[in-house]
Amino acid sequence: MACIEARGLRKAFGATIAVDGIDLRVEEGRILGLIGPNGAGKTTALNAILGLTPYEGELTVLGRDPWTERDLLMRDVCFIADVAVLPRWIRASEALDYLEGVHPRFDRTKAEGFLAKTSIGRNSKVRQLSKGMVAQLHLALVMAIDAKLLVLDEPTLGLDILFRKQFYDSLLNDYFDRERTIIVTTHQVEEVQHVLTDLMFIDRGRIVLDCSMEAIEARYLELMVRPEHVGAARARGPIHERQLFGRTIMLFDRADREQLSAMGEVRTPGVADLFVAVMEGHPAGAQGAAS
Amino acid sequence: MNTSTETGAGLPVDSRGAGIARISGARVVYWSLRRELWENRSIHLAPLVVTAFVLLGSLVAVASLPHRMQGLARQDPARLHAMAIKPFSMAPAPIMLTTFLVGMFFCLDALYGERRDRSILFWKSLPVSDRTTVLTKAAVPLVVLPTIALVLSVITQIVMLAVSVPVLLGSAVGPAALWRELRFFEGVAIMVYGLAVHALWFAPIYGWFLLVSAWARRAPFLWATVPLLVITGFERLALDSWSFGYMLQYRVSGAMKEAFTWSRGPVGEVDRLWQLEPVRFLRAPGLWVGLLFAAVCLVAAIRLRRNREPI
Repeated sequence: MACIEARGLRKAFGATIAVDGIDLRVEEGRILGLIGPNGAGKTTALNAILGLTPYEGELTVLGRDPWTERDLLMRDVCFIADVAVLPRWIRASEALDYLEGVHPRFDRTKAEGFLAKTSIGRNSKVRQLSKGMVAQLHLALVMAIDAKLLVLDEPTLGLDILFRKQFYDSLLNDYFDRERTIIVTTHQVEEVQHVLTDLMFIDRGRIVLDCSMEAIEARYLELMVRPEHVGAARARGPIHERQLFGRTIMLFDRADREQLSAMGEVRTPGVADLFVAVMEGHPAGAQGAAS
Repeated sequence: MNTSTETGAGLPVDSRGAGIARISGARVVYWSLRRELWENRSIHLAPLVVTAFVLLGSLVAVASLPHRMQGLARQDPARLHAMAIKPFSMAPAPIMLTTFLVGMFFCLDALYGERRDRSILFWKSLPVSDRTTVLTKAAVPLVVLPTIALVLSVITQIVMLAVSVPVLLGSAVGPAALWRELRFFEGVAIMVYGLAVHALWFAPIYGWFLLVSAWARRAPFLWATVPLLVITGFERLALDSWSFGYMLQYRVSGAMKEAFTWSRGPVGEVDRLWQLEPVRFLRAPGLWVGLLFAAVCLVAAIRLRRNREPI
C-alpha cells in the first residue's frame, strides 16, 4: 500500500506557485530524502502532506485526507517540522505526561529510555536546554510514538556535527524497522545519503528526479577523467562537468561502466554532486517556473 | 462543550488499533487544560497573590470589628448589618476582577503566542483537533478561572470567619450576631450565580479576544481594542451619537444591571438571594446576542487556527 499518494498536488500563494502540480507516490517502508534549493517547495509539499495547509489536487496520506482529518492522521503520523518548535516553557516531564495523555500510540517507557541516554534532566525546561538537547528531546518523544510515517523537515538545522550524526544514527538503529516510512528534508545531503532508500529532487515546485538509491547507483556514474581522454569522454555527453584539483570530473546518466573506466576512475556520485548536476542541467525546472 | 467525537473514540477505528490505548475525548480535554495551566501560571498565581492581599486587608478590618459593631449595636439594625458583612462581601470582588482580567489577557495570547514561538508546529503534530484546542482555551476563562475565583473567595471568607469568631467572643457583641447577619451559604450561592452570569456575559469578549489572537500577526492587544475605540470615536464625530460606546459600556457592566436587583439600603450591595434575577437575565437580549457573537468568534478562531502558520 502506498503511504502517500498525490496527483496534481498544487499550492499557490498569490502569484507564487510553491508546488506546481506534482505527482507523488511513496511506498511503505521507505526512507525518502527530499532535496531541493531554498524556496523549492519542499516545506509547502510537506505541509500539505501533514494537513497544515490547504492544497489543490488529490492527496491521500495513509488513506486519509490530511487537510480535513489532521487530528486523526496525527495518530499515525509524526513530524518534526523544524528544530526547536517545542514550547520553551515545557519541562521534559510535562512533555512526557502530556503526550501520554493525548497520544494513543505514545510509549512513555520507551521515551524515558531514550532520554536516559541523554543528559536531559527530567525537570529541565526546554528554554534551559541547548539547541542540540532540544532536538534530542523532540526525537526521543517522536521515536516513542508508534507511527507509520515520520516526517522530518530540516530536523538538524543549526546543530553541530556530533548531534547531527547521533540524530540520524539513533533514527536508523532505534526507530526504523522497514515498515515505517520516513521522509526527510535537509541541506546536509552527505550526512543522510547513506540512510536513504529513495531520493527526490524538487525545484521550483516540480519534481526533477524521483529515484531509488539502487536505481541511482545503476544509472549515474562519475568519471574522474584522465587528461588525455577529456575530449573522448565529453563526446559521450556527460550531464555535468566540473574541475577538482586540476582534474576533470564528469557525470554520466545511463552510460556504460566498462567503456568509461577505460578513460579514468569510475564511481557512484555523491548525492550532493548529483544534485548540483541535475539542478544545473535541468532546463525543465526553469521552463516550469516560466510557464 | 461537546468534544465527545474527539480522536474518533466513538467511530469505528481502523483494524490496526487493536493493541492501542483508546483515548477518550474527555482525557484529551483534561490534558489540554493541564497544559494551559502549566504554560500560563498566572491563571492561578495572580488570583492567589490578590487573595493574599485581600486576606491581609480583611484581617485588619476584622480586628476592629467588635469595636465598630459595639458602637452600633443598639442604634440602627440596617447599619449594623452593613457594617458586619461589608468586609465579607467586599473580599471576593478583587479576586473575581483579577480572574476576569487574567482571562482576557490569556485569550489575547492563547492563539498568538503559539504561533510566535513556533510551538504551534509541535501542537499540530499531535492528534488533537483545532476545535478541541480552541474550545479548551475558551474553557479557561469560562470555566477554570470562575472556579478558581469561587474557591479562593470561599476560602477567604472561611478564614475571615475563623478569625472573627475569637475576636468577637472577646467582645460584647458575640459571633452569633455576625453569623446571623452574614448568612454564609446564601453568600456562596450568590457568588456562584454572579460568576456564572459574568462568564456568560463576558463570553463575547473572550471570544473576540481569542479570534484576534488567532488572526493577528502582531500586537493582538492593539488589534482587539483600537478598532473599538476608532468606531466609537468615528460615530461620535460623524453622527454625534454614542450607541457603539454605549454597547461597549453595556457589555462591561450589563451583567450587574440585568442579573441583580440592587438593594436600596445605605450601600448598594447584593447580599440576599431575592436580589438575584435569573429570569430577567435569561430574557435579556444582550445575553443572547453576546453568546451568538461569541459562538461566531470561536468558529472563526477554529477555522483560522487550522490555516495559521508560525509568524
